[in-house]
Amino acid sequence: MTRVIVTVMPKAGVLDPQGQAVRGALAGLGFEGVGDVRVGKRIELLLDGDDAVGRARAMCDRLLVNRLIEDFEVDVEG
Amino acid sequence: MVAIVRFPGSLDHASAARAVAEAGGTVAWAWHRDRELPAGTASVLLPGGFSYGDHLRCGAIASRAPVMDAVRAHAEAGGLVLGVCNGFQILCEAGLLPGVLRANRTLSFVCRQVELEVEDAATPWTAGRPAGARLSVPIKHHDGAWFGDPAEGRVVLRYAGDNPNGSQEAVAGIANRAGNVLGLMPHPEEACDPLLGSVDGRVLIAPLAGAA
Repeated sequence: MTRVIVTVMPKAGVLDPQGQAVRGALAGLGFEGVGDVRVGKRIELLLDGDDAVGRARAMCDRLLVNRLIEDFEVDVEG
Repeated sequence: MVAIVRFPGSLDHASAARAVAEAGGTVAWAWHRDRELPAGTASVLLPGGFSYGDHLRCGAIASRAPVMDAVRAHAEAGGLVLGVCNGFQILCEAGLLPGVLRANRTLSFVCRQVELEVEDAATPWTAGRPAGARLSVPIKHHDGAWFGDPAEGRVVLRYAGDNPNGSQEAVAGIANRAGNVLGLMPHPEEACDPLLGSVDGRVLIAPLAGAA
């Protein structure tokens, strides 16, 4: 089994209201020097068989990622 | 016959059915696992709600459900398809409409009556209402900010006055280039009864009900 990590992030240049809200909350708590915050998600896939990365990329194309607003990276753990 | 498609988490199918019936249409139900639309389907309505709990992205999982192949075939054959709220999100995720719906700019759930302005009056959806006409219809959503390239479709409705969710260029409803598929965040089915304060939603439900 291969553990594949898919990291999905809001595309550069696309407004990230969640990141902005977190940034505001951090400032409210007194944390200084926070230039920008972006919030994404991590998807862990435990895959059986060959070409785990290729299949994970196909899953990103078909379902896991909306390329209009999101970018992604695929990494193998271990 | 108007096929109303239900997914796990659909919420507004009952008010949609009532609005269709009030407009003189007959309702047939379709389920997300169906591979075909009901026999005699002339138009399709994807109702509002929170299909699959909005998991992953709103509308993303529903847009890959088996019934969507049948909806796609119906749309490609020129049949009318209306997506309301979550139905709009599903149509965008399915690639039947351009763009995508994102969280409201304020990250707040917005629930109120809004004024819409008809822009492209040449689709089947606003027949009888000229460009610039106003419609009063409610919205109720958290993920209603449309983002995309308006030139990839036809902007049928914009929010008049203030933009309630940060939608790009105040797009409230957009159709495909052919005009037979329309998605909008406002709920026309909740504006068909005088008791609810406006009957302007009938304008958008009538084409569905009247489809041959």
